Amino acid sequence: MAIKFKKRGLPDKIPIDMTPMIDIVFQLLAFFCMTLRVASAEGDFAIKMPLVAAAAGEPDPNQSPERFTLRMRADAAGDLLEMTMAQQAFTGPGDDRWTQLRQFIAGQVGQGSLAQAAEVELDCDYNLKYEYVIRAITAVSGDIGPDGRLIKLIEKINFAPRRPPAN
Amino acid sequence: MKIKARGANYVELDYTPMIDMTFQLIAFFMIVINFEAADQDQSVQLPTSVLARPPETAFESPITIQMVADGRILMGGEYYADAEAIRPLLKNERYILQSQASTEADRKRKLAQVTVIIRADREAQTGRVQDIIQVCQDIGFERFTLRARVEGGY
Repeated sequence: MAIKFKKRGLPDKIPIDMTPMIDIVFQLLAFFCMTLRVASAEGDFAIKMPLVAAAAGEPDPNQSPERFTLRMRADAAGDLLEMTMAQQAFTGPGDDRWTQLRQFIAGQVGQGSLAQAAEVELDCDYNLKYEYVIRAITAVSGDIGPDGRLIKLIEKINFAPRRPPAN
Repeated sequence: MKIKARGANYVELDYTPMIDMTFQLIAFFMIVINFEAADQDQSVQLPTSVLARPPETAFESPITIQMVADGRILMGGEYYADAEAIRPLLKNERYILQSQASTEADRKRKLAQVTVIIRADREAQTGRVQDIIQVCQDIGFERFTLRARVEGGY
């Protein structure tokens, strides 16, 4: 007599309890959603500030032969009052003065090797708003051309010794 | 007349699309999460510039110093009254860097590699920013970058 064995195997479909996994996944999702912070794109301007300053009356070995000093005066509120470079004043409403400064620099150094060697020193009033410093650095550094390419002017930028705060 | 119920008492849902979607969302958030954003304090409103470009390579030894509009300095998550107050912190940074070097030349090289990133508010006084630079120079750091928000960026 043949004995019939009943087939003992796994069922066709194994029910898996998904609940813990979904719990964890949603917790992770909630964590990332809450911690996400959209940061705005930021860029840098390198400035050169050598440690050794030249002694009074002696030539600074780090000094570029083409050095321009940009004098920026501020009013009591810290807004830009006057901006001069080599006896040339840059005035005008809105962005005009920055355009004038850029054109002046471009006229002095062009885009060749002189621009690479030239240096701009920023001589600012103590209370001048920092925003104007960045605008000045932008103006002397170059511009974005009509084709979207960067037109470089001066790369070496530094600060003159700090002026004392006006009381 | 008695009506016989048809089928099972519950409906088995197919969770696969939902789980797929959720995992994709998690993967997205993990990719876009920016740990460097910890250095970008939202109280500092950076000035904007069309020429400011993100650095092409990461700085080797960056030190981020932030200044809010009223001139207070934010460093390491703490506020300080002025540049002089962060001098001990910067000295400590220098000590840590120099302790990693064995020779004098190596120490100088380590110091020269430090880039001080200055994130100052657009309303901050320039003189106070220069105070930070002066203190950093006293400590021996000489590379600085002024950070600005990219105009036209998101």
